[in-house]
Formats: sequence, structure tokens, C-alpha cells
Amino acid sequence: MKNNDIKLISNGKRLDGRAPNEMRSMKIVPNVVKNSGGSAYMEWGKNKIIAAVYGPGEALPRHTANPDRAVIKCRYMMAPFSSSEEHGRVGMNRRAIEISKVTAEVFENIVLLDQFPGTEINIYIEVLQSDGGTRAAGITCASVAMALSGIPMKDLPYAVSVGKVGEDVILDLDKLEDNYSDADVPLAILPRTDSVALLQMDGEMTKKQFNDAMAMAMEAGKTISKLQKDALRSQYIEQEQKYR
Amino acid sequence: MRTLTSEFLRERMAKGVRNSKRDAMSYRGITLTTGTMPNAEGSAEAVIGSTKVLAGIKVALAEPMQDTPEEGNLTTSAELLPMASENYDIGPPTPEGVEFARVVDRGIRHGGILDMSKLFIEEGKVWNVFLDLYVINYDGNLFDAGTLASMAAIATTRMPRYEDEKVVRDESMKRLETGNIITSCTFGKVLDELLLDPDGAEEELMKARLTVANSEDAIHAMQKGLGGSFSVKEIDSLIDAAFEKSKELRGIVKRSIGD
Repeated sequence: MKNNDIKLISNGKRLDGRAPNEMRSMKIVPNVVKNSGGSAYMEWGKNKIIAAVYGPGEALPRHTANPDRAVIKCRYMMAPFSSSEEHGRVGMNRRAIEISKVTAEVFENIVLLDQFPGTEINIYIEVLQSDGGTRAAGITCASVAMALSGIPMKDLPYAVSVGKVGEDVILDLDKLEDNYSDADVPLAILPRTDSVALLQMDGEMTKKQFNDAMAMAMEAGKTISKLQKDALRSQYIEQEQKYR
Repeated sequence: MRTLTSEFLRERMAKGVRNSKRDAMSYRGITLTTGTMPNAEGSAEAVIGSTKVLAGIKVALAEPMQDTPEEGNLTTSAELLPMASENYDIGPPTPEGVEFARVVDRGIRHGGILDMSKLFIEEGKVWNVFLDLYVINYDGNLFDAGTLASMAAIATTRMPRYEDEKVVRDESMKRLETGNIITSCTFGKVLDELLLDPDGAEEELMKARLTVANSEDAIHAMQKGLGGSFSVKEIDSLIDAAFEKSKELRGIVKRSIGD
């Protein structure tokens, strides 16, 4: 949708007062689902998300198993009460199915799958409250949950979205910006190698704008990565104190 | 595995000790927090031991049911999220999940909490209250946690307004008027003992289950579950216990909704 009625940026400030390259505030709480192998709760602006990981375990139904490696299954779902508007439809829609697929693929890049042949690893992402950028928050949160579950990974992915309003490139679009911006690019990055594990885009951008947006995402990644690592560390500090 | 747990519990219970070191008629620690999801019209999270249930309320414009043209509707659904337990799977609602939603719904619907006629807007237009239960972690006794979360979420629901044929949600939304406070107490028959608030391990061995949802002076819903049975005398004593225990729960609800 083109930005005709709503002015998303004026005097270099966005509607919620952020600068173009400023993220919303974030918080990660480790291990919130006791029964799971690893889990995390994340608040990203008004987004509230829980991710939990189960496995590796027997792949079911059996035909989904791969004798050479583990398979990753992901379910991303939004709660029917997550939006500030109407009651959501219960169950998976086409959007949720696609997000689940691309999220599983992010983790296929980095989990040491060949260590667990014939098994499945399940990632569950539940969006309890949504305000734009839930897939990025879901991936960032699931990444912490996966690490806490002890499944070996080559990297700790983070995700963030970038976009464009008028001629301005902006970081971390909220729901209103997502609806009315001129472009939206969710990204997931593997920070050790700076490789791109998820990239989607819709709207209109020049090559230069895209490159600027990419640079902005990488810069933001430093903050997100630090938050993820702090959440992981806090868990171990807590454990250490408990058993000292 | 099951036999091991069973033997362990049997030995402990012979010594009069429950799995979580409490006596037969006491709850695990309970916390109830309202307003956890501000996008929803009402929300609350109930934690009993490590069981965690979230209730979210959305209110939407709807047509009245044919048999109640001047009353609003209540729609209750429950998701046993696959993240909540190794034993929950992705897929359509299981009988277990449907029973959970329906038992909570009955206590809420028949408990004199909501005046459905106040949800009437104009001919052919009423409010539909959607109550969605999300089980985030399972460790037994979903029913009581679900009822606590639902009760607190409904009592703190802020109603949208219907103005110029539009639904308006803004800062000045007013609280939904509610009446009774309903809570439920669930008892399990485990190794021939009657236990309040069975946890996950106790539920594995539970032969029969009784849920009593009540207000201060009346019973509003009951459900006996599973393959075992209770004597009439046992039911009589459990109803007494429910009235006694519900005082504690009503206090928790009142504190959480700021009454």
C-alpha cells in the first residue's frame, strides 16, 4: 500500500518518535516453557513472542524422516487475540505456513543436522501479541531457544526487517509502517559469516537503497546479537550461582 | 517409565507425602496476572505450579443466535499448544482440548458473570465475546488454571464501542460489567486418594477427576472425567472442599482484577 494518507516520517522522526535507523526496545527472557528442551520469551516493541524447541526425537510420520540427517519442522502461529484489531482466524493461514517454512530453512543452515540422522527437531513460535516484524522477532527468539536446548549450531542467527518510506530507508518497521511503507525487507543474518539466511522483499527500492538498508540491518544486528548472547549468558550465570 | 513414576508416587503417598510436598487438599503456588497482552480487550495469565495458561479476550460485532435475538454471544476455544508438552501435537483440536474448552466455558457461561442482554447493540447486531485459552506449559490441572485466567481476563475486559456503524477501540473504552466471581476446583482420584490440584505426574496415575465450578453460594458447573468413579459420599465431601478452597481462589482473582 502506498503512503498517501499517513505521513510516516516528518522532520526525520517516525510516528513513534524513532530515528530512521533506530530499533524498538527489546527484551529476551530465557527458559519460559519448562517442558521444552529450550525456550525463550521475547518482547520486541509491542510484539510478544514465545519460541520453544523440542528434539531431536523420532521423526513422525515416519516418511518425513531423512536417514542422513535431522529434519527441522517449524510452526509459526499468531494467537487469535494478538492483534489490536479484530479477532483472528484460528489456525494456520497461507501466510503462517510460508513463514513457518522460511523460518525452518534459516535453521537448516546452521544446525549440525548430520549428527542426528532420522530425527526431527521442532520449533514452535507463538505470537501472543503482534505489532509488525513478528517473523523477525520469532527467528531471533527461536535462535535463543535452539541454543538453550543444547542442539549444536554453527551460528546464532538474528533477524530484523528494513524498509522504505518515501525516499528514506528505515529500520525495524512496526505494523503501521509495514502497512503503509513503500518497501519491506525481512532479513535473517548469520553473524559469524554475515551471510543471509532469509530474505524477502515487496515494494519498490533502488539498488542503492537496498544496499543502504542491508548495511543498516547489519549494524542493528550487533545490538540484537548482544541481547541474544546476554540472555544465554544470564541463564548460565543463574545456574552457576545455584550450584556454587 | 510409567511404572517407575507410579512406584515412586505410591511409596511417597504411603508416607503421606505428595509429589510436590503438599497435603491432599492444597494447591501448588498460584499466580494470576492481568493485562499481559494489551492488544487484546482483556487478558490474563494463570500459573499453577508449572502449568501456565493464558486467556485472551477479543470482542467483535456479530449477528445474534437465532434463539437469543436480544443477547450477545460467548465463544470459547482452547489451544493445547504443541510447545506445552511432549504429548501435544500439531493438528485439529483433540477430545482433551475440546473438553477443556467446554468445561471452562460452562463455568463462565452459567456462572452469572456476564449479562448477555447487555451485549445487545441493536436489532440484528450484538457483541460476540471470544475467549481463547492458550496452554503454554502443561503440568496438570488445566481446568482450574483455565478458569482462573478466563475469569480474570473477562473481569478486566475493556469494551469497544459501536459508533457510526463502526467498531471503535480507543483509550476511553470502559470495563465490561461483570457479576459473580467463578472459580473451579479440580480433584483427582490418584492411587485411591482424593487430591486437590493434581500435577502432571499425578494425572498420569489419575483414575477419576471431578471439577466443581462455583460462586460464593452456588455450584455453576461440574464435570466428572476419566474411566474411574466417585462414591456419592466422596462427591459430597469434594463439593464441600470446593466451597472451602474457592475462598482462597476468589481472593486471588479479586486481587488480580484490582477489586
